[in-house]
Amino acid sequence: MYEFTFHQPETLDEAAQIFAHADDGQFIAGGQTIVPVMKQRLAMPSDIIDLGRISDLEGISLDGDLLTIGAMTTHAEVAASQDVKKAIPALAHLADEIGDPAVRNRGTIGGSIANNDPAADYPAALLGLGATIHTVTRAIPTDDFFTGMFETALDEGEVIVRVSIPVPEKAAYVKFPQPASRFALVGVFVAKTADGVRVAVTGAGPCVFRVKEMEQALDKDFSAAVLKGISVPDDGLNSDLHASADYRASLVSTLARRAVAQAQ
Amino acid sequence: MSVISLTVNGNPVTVDVEARSLLSRVLRDQLSLTGTHVGCDTSQCGACVVHVDGKPVKSCTMLAVQAAGTDVTTIEGLARDGKLHPMQEAFRENHGLQCGFCTPGMIMSAVALAEHNPDLDEAAVRKGLEGNLCRCTGYQNIVHAVLDGAKAMRG
Repeated sequence: MYEFTFHQPETLDEAAQIFAHADDGQFIAGGQTIVPVMKQRLAMPSDIIDLGRISDLEGISLDGDLLTIGAMTTHAEVAASQDVKKAIPALAHLADEIGDPAVRNRGTIGGSIANNDPAADYPAALLGLGATIHTVTRAIPTDDFFTGMFETALDEGEVIVRVSIPVPEKAAYVKFPQPASRFALVGVFVAKTADGVRVAVTGAGPCVFRVKEMEQALDKDFSAAVLKGISVPDDGLNSDLHASADYRASLVSTLARRAVAQAQ
Repeated sequence: MSVISLTVNGNPVTVDVEARSLLSRVLRDQLSLTGTHVGCDTSQCGACVVHVDGKPVKSCTMLAVQAAGTDVTTIEGLARDGKLHPMQEAFRENHGLQCGFCTPGMIMSAVALAEHNPDLDEAAVRKGLEGNLCRCTGYQNIVHAVLDGAKAMRG
């Protein structure tokens, strides 16, 4: 790992000031991606700014039909939260399937979505649930947030504070994990929300995406049967030693049907 | 370099660390606690698992400076008065190890798993150990050991 200067601010203002004065500042949340990346010398930040001591980024609350999760909430905390289990059991289940227990004790929801790994689980949930990402300066709907491979709508130095998620009527997440990394080879999140059905797919393409054709069919009839015959084109899907684009496209259809069948 | 204070296996420790030093490195090289093993160094194998404030984490994927003020337990902190921890004893009794390299991380994960899940069954043990790789045993005896150790911990 290259040398860097470490900072541990206690407020968001302090974090912003440190970032503004750094040559090449990098925020660290749970560190489960950035630490391995730095160990491989794929990143060389001058300053690492730890968000772990900022209390504004913590906490889970359920207020009527709106679930709010602080950015520094770990996957283990989301998985164990009674509020999350009650309001959106599919989200608690998803969090409990990320990586392994040790990773879930460090990794955070804010870190995961800011990183936007094309095979991460949370982007599928937040896009599928129509969540809103609240940053220090604005609220960003998830439809505008995930913009490309490891790319988001976040500006330079813009920190995620929390996410707010409207509680759906029913939802489910089904993933086919890559057995070594446990990242999603493909994962499909289906939610029946007040604004219609949403289907979000991770792992298959360079960035999480929605499948409108499935959503329209499910709006008319929320059943696994209605998805028979609907598939996503394999053009532009990921193809690697683990799975071809064609196979990933096939998994999208299969997992979407399973998710609809499991939705609760 | 920055000076950090933390508790390691019940003892207060103050140590001068580089910002880029990993917790695993500080434990092994600066505090001479070499029971914590570094296997893959890429967050996958789990040999380096220690408890930070009671929760298992991969010490190769945490900066030591982030552990300032925390309570860290390593494999060396489990035995009491020369007597093995029940989970360590269960690994010995059940032949839950062959080469032993993964064992410190296995045991640290297993202890936390047993502490947080009073009704462990085989499926829960296998899921709970997903982040710990063993290349010798095929896991069968490890699973037996964790179930036995969990029972012994409940007393």
